[in-house]
Amino acid sequence: MRMENHPVLEFQRGDKVTFFYNGTPMEGYTSETVAAALHSAGIRQLGHSQNLNRPRGLFCAIGNCSSCFMTVDGEPNVRICVTKVREGMKVEEQHGKGVVRL
Amino acid sequence: MIKDVEILVIGAGPAGLCAAKAAAGLGAQVLVCERDELPGGQLVKQTHKFFGSEKQHAGDRGYLIGQELVEEVTNNPNITLWTDTTVLGAYEDGIITCLHDEQHVKIRPQKTIIATGASEKFLMFPGNDLPGIYGAGAVQTLMNVAGVKPAERVVMVGAGNIGLIVSYQLLQAGVQVAAVVEAAPNIGGYLVHASKLRRAGVPIRTSYTVKEAFGKDTLEGVVIQALDEKWQPIAGTEETIECDTLCLAVGLTPLTEIAWQAGCDMAFIRELSGHVPILNDNLETTVPGIYVAGDADGIEEASAAMVEGRLAGCAAAGALGHDPEEAAKQVEAARADLDELRSGPTGGKIRAGIKKMHETKEAMNNAQ
Repeated sequence: MRMENHPVLEFQRGDKVTFFYNGTPMEGYTSETVAAALHSAGIRQLGHSQNLNRPRGLFCAIGNCSSCFMTVDGEPNVRICVTKVREGMKVEEQHGKGVVRL
Repeated sequence: MIKDVEILVIGAGPAGLCAAKAAAGLGAQVLVCERDELPGGQLVKQTHKFFGSEKQHAGDRGYLIGQELVEEVTNNPNITLWTDTTVLGAYEDGIITCLHDEQHVKIRPQKTIIATGASEKFLMFPGNDLPGIYGAGAVQTLMNVAGVKPAERVVMVGAGNIGLIVSYQLLQAGVQVAAVVEAAPNIGGYLVHASKLRRAGVPIRTSYTVKEAFGKDTLEGVVIQALDEKWQPIAGTEETIECDTLCLAVGLTPLTEIAWQAGCDMAFIRELSGHVPILNDNLETTVPGIYVAGDADGIEEASAAMVEGRLAGCAAAGALGHDPEEAAKQVEAARADLDELRSGPTGGKIRAGIKKMHETKEAMNNAQ
């Protein structure tokens, strides 16, 4: 859920855009990261671990830890905590290590 | 093509920005590389007011200090600030590479100041990988930078300053804080922060740890357990707390990859929270021309990081011949400010750490 009233801060979210999460249209804002937009919609499970298939979510939110890897517009291993939402962006749960396009 | 720069600063947090500002103020040309899109480092999410003296911005909210620094650096014609730029490697011939504008750029700096900050430590317990378990800084980013309510009900692990401050900020964001759990018998952070939480009715459970976390797809609750004087769990004291979020505020560790790559002598020093580069009084490493400032050389507060940045920036600019007399004066002043910040009981750990670092250095010199 996005906060509207905060005792200290005001938030500049930018323009509203539509992106796709596993094919479902979602609302986001241009100054938001994919992680923030998904969290606003209550989506905290972002993927599964490669070997034991355990659910995976966000951990560090600043691009350090690689817990939030997803496939974005066909590119795997994207750190969605430091990737901004764009109009029409396709965000998908990644299965396995992903194949890097050359 | 190789880009020649006088001083390269890696990281635009409190230490890096102050380093750039100080060096540029003496007349040096500075390039700052910051991996994030926003400069300011962790200052951008600090909504609380800082302590210390006025010189260290006491009484100002952290994010406002960050904004002011960023403005000064952006408006300084001697400084170029590259955001969205990740430094990738430090090579034997002194070349440092980065990813800038989707290009692999080679930089040849005369002096380099590493101000890469720190990363959060983790804690071992069953279920610690469930979605809903975050570093406290991540929750702070979600709520204070993105403006997203990060949780409904939180358990915070760690009653140091970060744990206490983030818990209070969670309350401000309308989140319930079920408990603050602290393994030590005492609250580690400032009591003024702890008192705010206690007044709001948040229990601070000292001598308790997380035994396990549970949940199907995301976190549904945690089991906490009391610890005895030897930090061993006491059977039969388990309690279950329902929560959708667990925040870990169990300390930070320096981000030192670039110092390692550059071949700087390193030492593990517990009081400085991990492996740190061996530095001299100018914060210069054992590789001439490479300096380290801020949390990257030992975990401390932002106020100390800012002074360290100033010290390293002046030392580097002075060494390049930019107003050496004035540089030396400013280095002295910065050293005095650091001594003042580190005086008193809360500075005991960092003083011990720095002492160990100097002893390690001497031992290394004697061995050669």
